[in-house]
Amino acid sequence: MNWSFIIFSVVKIAIVIGVVQGMVAYAVLAERKISAWIQDRVGPNRCAPPFVKAIPGLGPVLIRLGLFQPLADGLKFMLKEDFTPAGVRKVYFWLAPAIAVIPSMLVIAVIPFGSQLGHQQMVIANLNVGILYTFGIVSLGVYGIVLAGYAANSKYPFLGGIRSSAQMISYEISMGMSVIPVFLIVGNLNLNQIIGWQAQHGWLALYSPVSFIIFLVAAFAETNRLPFDLPEAETELVGGYHTEYSSMKFALFFLGEYSNMIASAGMMVTLFFGGWTLPFWGLDHPATTPVAGIAHILVFVVKMLLFMVLFIWVRWMFPRFRYDQLMDLGWRKFVPLALVNILVTAVVLWVMS
Amino acid sequence: MALSDILPDILFYLFAALTLLCGVLVVANPFSRNPVTSAMFLVLTIISMAGLFVLLHAFFLAAVQIIVYAGAVIVLFLFVIMLLDLKEEQRRKIKLFGAVAGLVSVGVIMIISLKALRAARPGANLPAPQLEGGTNALGQLLFTQYVLPFEVVSILLLVAMVGVILLSKKDLK
Repeated sequence: MNWSFIIFSVVKIAIVIGVVQGMVAYAVLAERKISAWIQDRVGPNRCAPPFVKAIPGLGPVLIRLGLFQPLADGLKFMLKEDFTPAGVRKVYFWLAPAIAVIPSMLVIAVIPFGSQLGHQQMVIANLNVGILYTFGIVSLGVYGIVLAGYAANSKYPFLGGIRSSAQMISYEISMGMSVIPVFLIVGNLNLNQIIGWQAQHGWLALYSPVSFIIFLVAAFAETNRLPFDLPEAETELVGGYHTEYSSMKFALFFLGEYSNMIASAGMMVTLFFGGWTLPFWGLDHPATTPVAGIAHILVFVVKMLLFMVLFIWVRWMFPRFRYDQLMDLGWRKFVPLALVNILVTAVVLWVMS
Repeated sequence: MALSDILPDILFYLFAALTLLCGVLVVANPFSRNPVTSAMFLVLTIISMAGLFVLLHAFFLAAVQIIVYAGAVIVLFLFVIMLLDLKEEQRRKIKLFGAVAGLVSVGVIMIISLKALRAARPGANLPAPQLEGGTNALGQLLFTQYVLPFEVVSILLLVAMVGVILLSKKDLK
């Protein structure tokens, strides 16, 4: 360990966190625009600082796209009154939003978002047990929601917290089992090695589509997105676990949810869709020039954005599950399916070797 | 460079102190007798222990420690604690039987740890642990040298699972 390692790590961490925050803000805008499009509405189209309208030609287009809406939303969250209801458990009430955000930021540390720029690997921490680290941190994410439900000290948030603890543990199991075939095929837990394998042999989604489908659905459940947003379920539980929260604390739960979406989109791209590689234009091996390095990062970001659009699209197209259906899907369908998938993959690999 | 030499030591004392401190706060918290607080300190204890495993280069054990204990077992603890009547739980006095059983088990664990410490001969050059690093070596050992204990533990888990199903399905004939 030397100073250049420390400095470059800090720079990478700062840039990645900054980019993720920006992506969260614009993911909210994308969510509103796509939902508006699906429901045949217009969506945010008039919020802008006064001088923008004066820009000829470009100004009105920017305003109609709603590009300044995230700024206004962020400002609104910061300026609103941070109200603490009388009956809450204060310590947990303050702790829960932080615990909800931190794991989603930590997960991003092991995702390789590019190959190389100069001599720097484009990943914050290249761990040998990368995927296990991810599952460890993801499994801590449940505490934010459970504690929020407990801290509010009222019925609906409490029900939301209880629901989330059961839901997230259930789907963690199928999620963990769904990726085992990937490791059987690749023979390594390091995410960079998994990408390297895919660059040589083709994307893992083609080798193990069942794994990918289980992982995708479990990712929806882990991020509490519709059709699995039962902890929130605004039609039944008012606002679920964040009913009693306002202002920036409420925004932190939102931040956590969207960062989780970004992290799981990154994981899916890395595990099943070749990460920063593309099978053509010579983009399938680590970059030697800065241009290729930037191209790799762009490839990764574009793939990730496609998954973000999928997340958003699904939310506005499908109704919510009932709770027993959710548990039935998790335990009676996905767990046996994942087990069979592991067995079949192992047998096929054994026969082929 | 000096920093990289002393950093593991600093981190070891940091994580060891955190483990002990949080462990004490799980059972004897002077500020709150809320069971949820105890459970949260148990989570911190487990995370600090995972940090100690990382310092021993046992990354797999560290990850499993967090996934299984912090991520699943204690969430279920919380689940149960929240469904109990907390007010009654806070008032409850310490019972004699519980105190004696606790002291006995702590004593037994301490004797085992002391014996292990003496066997380790502090200061002697120990061989590098076989379970270091990734999952390959661990899997090899589990399925060759330690296959019998491994299978026995899996049967124990199976028995527990069958027991849970029997208990939860009361109308099962």
